[in-house]
Amino acid sequence: MAAVATCGTGAGSTGSMVAAGGKNNVTSFQRRGPRASGSDSSYSRLVSIAGTRPSVRNGQLLVSTGLPALDQLLGGGLAVGTVLLIEEDKYNIYSSLLFKYFLAEGIINGHTLLVASAKEDPADILQELPAPLLDDNVKKDFDEDACNHKTAESNIKMKIAWRYQLLPKMEAGPVSSSRFGHYYDASKKMPQELIEASKWHGFFSPEKSSSTLNIEPCSLTHGYIKLLQFIQNIIYEEGFDGSNPQKKQKNILRIGIQNLGSPLWGDDICCTENGNSHSLTKFLYVLRGLLRTSLSACMITMPTHLIQNKAIISRVTNLSDTVVGLESFIGSERETNPLYKDYHGLIHIRQIPRLNNLIYDVSDVKDLAFKLKKKLFTIERLHLPPDLSDTVSRSSKQDLAEPSKLLGPGCGVMAGGKKHLDF
Amino acid sequence: MFPELNNLLNTTPDRAEQGKLTLLCDANTDGSFLVHHFLSFYLKANCKVCFVALIQSFSHYNIVGQKLGVSLTVARECGQLVFLEGLKSSVDVFFRAQAEPHPLQFLREANAENLQPLYEFVREALKPVDDGEAAWRCPVLLVDDLSVLLSLGMGAVAVLDFIHYCRATVCWERKGNIVALVHDSGDTEDEENNILLNGLSHQSHLILRAEGLPTGFCRDVHGQLRILWRTPSQPTTQRDRSLTYQYKIQDKSVSFFAKGMSPAVL
Repeated sequence: MAAVATCGTGAGSTGSMVAAGGKNNVTSFQRRGPRASGSDSSYSRLVSIAGTRPSVRNGQLLVSTGLPALDQLLGGGLAVGTVLLIEEDKYNIYSSLLFKYFLAEGIINGHTLLVASAKEDPADILQELPAPLLDDNVKKDFDEDACNHKTAESNIKMKIAWRYQLLPKMEAGPVSSSRFGHYYDASKKMPQELIEASKWHGFFSPEKSSSTLNIEPCSLTHGYIKLLQFIQNIIYEEGFDGSNPQKKQKNILRIGIQNLGSPLWGDDICCTENGNSHSLTKFLYVLRGLLRTSLSACMITMPTHLIQNKAIISRVTNLSDTVVGLESFIGSERETNPLYKDYHGLIHIRQIPRLNNLIYDVSDVKDLAFKLKKKLFTIERLHLPPDLSDTVSRSSKQDLAEPSKLLGPGCGVMAGGKKHLDF
Repeated sequence: MFPELNNLLNTTPDRAEQGKLTLLCDANTDGSFLVHHFLSFYLKANCKVCFVALIQSFSHYNIVGQKLGVSLTVARECGQLVFLEGLKSSVDVFFRAQAEPHPLQFLREANAENLQPLYEFVREALKPVDDGEAAWRCPVLLVDDLSVLLSLGMGAVAVLDFIHYCRATVCWERKGNIVALVHDSGDTEDEENNILLNGLSHQSHLILRAEGLPTGFCRDVHGQLRILWRTPSQPTTQRDRSLTYQYKIQDKSVSFFAKGMSPAVL
């Protein structure tokens, strides 16, 4: 795991651990000398990777998902070495938006991107990324306002708190753009020069022809095998797994896989109930193995509402680290429900991992809704509107109670409940 | 290990029982704290432990183990702990052809019949040391978790066979213990998982079942633990003893209390 004070499997570890390829026992996180915990030099070494910060709870290295609101709900961000699974909403509108935020955040922070899709060419996906709300734009407006006031204020001498006159004036504006997590403007596109300056690898499933496979045909579908080999090649060649000691500048690899499990990948779990039920789960397992041994983080969007066999969904959830489900109101009867009129959909945090710890950061708020305005994708607590009708009849209470009952099961890993009562 | 759980189970590391199969089960919640408990318990009890960790990495267990008072690195280096790190080995197995049979060989095969390589690994790991010094007390096999094997293409019957072979070797032949975690999928119709869970429930001597609260999320009570003692070999007319407690997980320990007696409520 990418923890700050971890002694992974150092290159010289003997002991009885089974590792058939013993020479590859390297990981980038090696403890320097005997230290109890929280060693400072490796701390500063890992923090120096752009766009990451250590978690306050367990020193885990975190990257931003591209949505500061979601970062907060996930306990600070997405841990490096883990998988974030987004269960797509019905028409794949908001999940693809989250996907783009994730990639855009990678470009702003200078991370390497690996974009895999079976539907769109990764180059096209990168062209559609939202533009960041960089502080230069915001700062310009702020400075203009400040200038108008400054001429008046600078001449006023403080009579009582005169010591404070010597201090520089506090700037209450946004901090510099090297912060963790940025905001994006969904209506504008990312500037071309930023995209071109970034390093990215694309995997477009229809393009990868069937070359010689050097592994025996296991039960994985062809598309998944190619994708795993592609990811493993990139990780190995660019040294994200620490196997190349020449690479001085450490960087994070952001892997984004779109629509995993859809028929376009060659998997039939969305088409029939008795399809190839192990292909996707095996893929996720090996992918997680690759992630745990390298400096990378992965976001996967999956159309779980299409998967016919419900057992697969629970297995996929158990095999992923963080699972977030999106439910949009478009086309459902909730669109006209007065309870939801301000929002575009619900967001369910289904699972948060307990990494290196017995406990984890979980927010108390389980009913979360999101709305997308031009500049911001906000996630808020779902507020019940005040019941202002003249006749507070039983039927209106029933309507409001019905959706909140449905919110109950989406309670996350802590406990599932069918009744809309809290303990 | 959690001292309160030891009290509930009426065991201490000095008088750990032998020849038992313990089944850990979680439904609607995360039961991994039980795995951490048993790992540290048996390491403190001076037993030789073979840990098949399929779901998390070594450093995860190590860091939690340090909070509970055991060091996995030290245990591994002196030979008390044999650790199979599933995630890391799976990458090796999947991308490179292995010379000798690897315990996770079934990842490469389309229709793996059984888990024999994994059983051979366990048997080799818990082989009694012949050099005369009785180093460790009794062998213990710890598996986290068995439901992952179903996701990786093995059938429920193959996993049950694997546990059966392990029980014959570890529990009966060498008087050791087995602890295994299985997820209970609840109302999702995962038939293979149900077969596995039911089959193991009938074979085990002790079942620890961590469940989420039926009323939903609570900040002060994280779940409910049901403990069931069984005697699978002798059918008895007495009912099996069972206890139910609620628990709250803290940073370094878990506190247990009777139902409804959470300190937050009192």
